This record gives sequence, C-alpha cells and structure tokens, in this order.
Amino acid sequence: MTDQSPPQTVTEPVKKRTKKTNTRRKLRSGRNIVPAESIAGTALVFVIAIMAFLACLTLGAVSMINTTAGKWQSDISREVTIQIRPFDNVEMEQAIREASRIALSFEGVSKVTALNDVETARLLEPWLGSGLKLEELPVPRLMTVSIAADTRPDFAAMRARLEAEVPGASLDDHRAWVDRLTTMALTMVAVGSSIFLLVMAATVTTVVFATRGAMAGNREVVEVLHFVGADSRFISGQFQRHFLLLGLKGAASGGFFAIVLFLGLGFWSSRSLATPEGDQVAALFGTFSLELSGYAGILFVLVLVAVLTAATSRLTVHFQVNALHSYRRKSS
Amino acid sequence: MIKFENVGLRYGLGREVLSDLTFQVAPHSFQFLTGSSGAGKTSLLRLMLLSLRPTRGLVRVFDKEASTILPRQMPYIRRKIGVVFQDFRLLDHLTTFENVALPLQVRGQMETSYRHDVAELLKWVGLGERMHVLPPVLSGGEKQRAAIARALIDQPDVLLADEPTGNVDPPLARRLLRLFIELHRSGTSVVIATHDLSLMDQYDARRLVLNEGRLQIYD
Repeated sequence: MTDQSPPQTVTEPVKKRTKKTNTRRKLRSGRNIVPAESIAGTALVFVIAIMAFLACLTLGAVSMINTTAGKWQSDISREVTIQIRPFDNVEMEQAIREASRIALSFEGVSKVTALNDVETARLLEPWLGSGLKLEELPVPRLMTVSIAADTRPDFAAMRARLEAEVPGASLDDHRAWVDRLTTMALTMVAVGSSIFLLVMAATVTTVVFATRGAMAGNREVVEVLHFVGADSRFISGQFQRHFLLLGLKGAASGGFFAIVLFLGLGFWSSRSLATPEGDQVAALFGTFSLELSGYAGILFVLVLVAVLTAATSRLTVHFQVNALHSYRRKSS
Repeated sequence: MIKFENVGLRYGLGREVLSDLTFQVAPHSFQFLTGSSGAGKTSLLRLMLLSLRPTRGLVRVFDKEASTILPRQMPYIRRKIGVVFQDFRLLDHLTTFENVALPLQVRGQMETSYRHDVAELLKWVGLGERMHVLPPVLSGGEKQRAAIARALIDQPDVLLADEPTGNVDPPLARRLLRLFIELHRSGTSVVIATHDLSLMDQYDARRLVLNEGRLQIYD
C-alpha cells in the first residue's frame, strides 16, 4: 500500500478535478462487461447459420416457384381457344372465317390462327393413329386466339357472339387452368411462408435459450450490475451487443451458403438445357436462377435474422432483469 | 432514510432468524451493526439493501414503502445505496479500475469524465499501483479495498458495509474507518456490520447489536 497522507475530506479523491495526467492513455479499456467467451458463441452461430440458410432456401424456392407460376399464368392467359364442332349443313371453312372475324373485332385480340387439316391430324395422331382423313370424321376444328400483352378482351361478350352467330362454336379461355395454377402458386407461397415463419420461430426460441444460458453463466455479472444500479436497458444492452454480432456472423454464413447454392444450381441448370433431367427441372422450376429481387430477399432475411437475434436476447434479458428488480418477487 | 417496523425474517419454514426489528437509519447518521457470527447481520443488511423481502413487517426506504417500489424504480433506489459485500463481488474479468468505475459506467458517464477521480480514489485506498490488474491476482485486503472504492465512488446517500475491515491489517482498518467517517461527514449515512470490537472502540457511534434475532440499540 502506498504511504500517502489521507485526503481532508472523502470528496477530495472522488470529486477533485485536476489537469489530465498520463493515466489517460493507460486507463482506456474496451473490455466488455459481459465477456464474449462466457457466451456459447460458436454453437449459436452454427445454429443461426443453419436457420438463416433454411430461411433463405425457403424464400428463394418460393420466389422461383412464384415467378414460374406467374409466367405459366401469363402464357396461358395470353391465348384462348375457339372450338367449332361440325354440324350438318354447315360449311366449316365458312364458319372458321366467321369466327375469326368475330374474334378479331374485339379489342386486345392480336391474331387468330386456325389449325389446318394437317395440324389437326397431327394433334389427334396419338389417339386416332396416322393417315387420318378429317373429311371422313366429324372432328371439331380448333382456332387459337392470341391476346395482346396487358389487355383483356371481353371474353363473355366474345363467347356470346360466337355461340349466337357461328353454329357449334364455343370459347375456352382456359380459366380452369389459370385458377388451378393460381391456387397452386398461392399454396406454395403459403407453405413457404409457413416454413419461413417456423424457421424464424425456431431461431427466436434458440436465441431465448442461448440468452438464458448466457445469463446463467454470467449470473454474478448481472447481480453486480443490479447492485450498482444498472437498469434493465443497460444490462440488456450488454448482452444484445454480443448477440447482434453472433446473429450477423450466423446469418452471413447461412446466407452465403444459400447464395452459393442458388448460383451453383443456376449454373447447373444452364449447363443442363436440352437434357431430359434439365427439361424436367425447368418444367417445374423454370430456370434455376434467382432474380435480383430474390437476392434482395435473401439480404433482407440476413438482416432480419441478425436483428431478431439481437432483439430476442434484449427482450429475454429485459424480462429476467425486471424479475430481479422486482421486490415483490424476492423470496424471504 | 431506511425505516424498519416490526420486521421479521425466516428462511423457508425454519424459525425466525430476525424478530420484531424496529429501528431507522437516519440521514447523516453513523452506526455499527454488530453481533456474534450467525446473528443475522448479513441478512439484516440484505433486507436494508432490498435484496431480501421480510416475512413480516414494514420496510421503508427513502420514504417509500418497499413493496410499492416498481421494478423500473429499483435501479434508482440502488444508486443511492452503496454496498460493500463480505465476499467483495468484484468481476474477475475487469481490472480494478474498471470494477471501481462500474457504478459510474452504468449511470451512462463517459470514461473521460471519471478517469481521474477513479484513479485518485484507487491511489488513496492504496491500489494506485494495482489498478490495471485483474481481481484474481489481488490479495484479500486489496480486493476489500477495491470493493470499498466501488461503493464510495459515486458518494451514495447510504453506505452498507459488511465486514469491510475483515481482511485488512489494523493500520489500514483505521484508515478505512477514517474514510467511512469522512464519507459520513460529507452527508452519507453509514452502516458498518462488524464483529471487530477494536474497530468500534475507535469511533463513538450508535451501535445496533443483534442477539438471537433481536435488536438492541445503544445510542
């Protein structure tokens, strides 16, 4: 112990202000009140990375399916079909011309194409065999009506006029298919969103347990902070800092591997074009590449996971410290 | 400042370790709390610190009935009470300087504003050369002085000290007592729990004596 005379008042060492000494540099410290090594960081980063990876994968898959379903819907809804069934005393070619004229008279119809005899025979070949002579059979004739982009002709009026003016004519606007695809796309989005929410819930639960573990491991630190007058905001801030960092590390790792996976699959699908397996995958998922919005979504997920991790730990500590502060809940 | 009315305390279903305690710690007062080992000095200090709830009776702190204090108000009450624990409760991963500065840090003060004051206080309690070391390498006496410095650093309204001179030699014990007396003269109420009679003989102050769970007061 140094041999120096005591101050005249106790306030002397506490309140005396003198010029800055060279202790300024020596005393600076950036040490955390809650030591980083006391938190099971590696395991938590690993779990958060897996969660972030699954969340990004879900988001990416939903995004791809949604885009592909949208393209299907768009393709189908840009084309409708007119079918003319043969009737006695009805000249088919005349009926086709009349139906074509009626269809073209509607705004938004860009082109009407009637399948000729050869095309119709080829269409029926799987069921009726080759060498089919259409004039010998009462085969309905099909006409495809192309719709200009961003327009929607009045199909109800078109159907009414065709049925009234062309005997045996009917219009199929593929509504049933569009409805099925819409339902499928919505179902996929709902399933994906549910999985995403489950992954987020699992992340939150994991972080709650990790935070409780960290608090238990730092019980002495929390108690000392409590006794020296730290409020729950200060204490939770000390933990939140660590967990935000862990969340960022985990989310960045998971997101990185998800992006690498999507880029890899995109590369594989571009190399597999015109192969049976490539065509099958393309039919289901389109080209296996994410659009810019998909990558933006992944970045959003990463930020969300990190923020969620920090906020969850903060709230958990806040509630636990509030319980510690509560006089009524103290045991006697 | 701190007022007890018919306070009793029992742990679980055991007998009452403290019974019918009625006393107050007045503003600007100085008192020794004494009694044999196991008499309940630490339990009484914990009741005063609001870290323990009595089984019966009324505890008032700074004119507030303790059971009406909301959790969010508790930190502000604690900031008015300095406490020296018997087991020091220093954080082993922080240096002596950081431990002593902790109460100021949790109040949101910048390190530049308190660096000099903390260093001065540490020098005065004889830890000027030990401010950069971690508690595990401090001796028992040094830890005690660091714990006292932490309790004093923000000049609390009440200081509760549990055996604050238990691990120091007589000269330092006298010096620490002088520090507590100076703190008292500057306006802080001081409660020192001790069983060291020689320490109490050095300063004529009120004595609260615990005997078989009951309190006798010698003004």
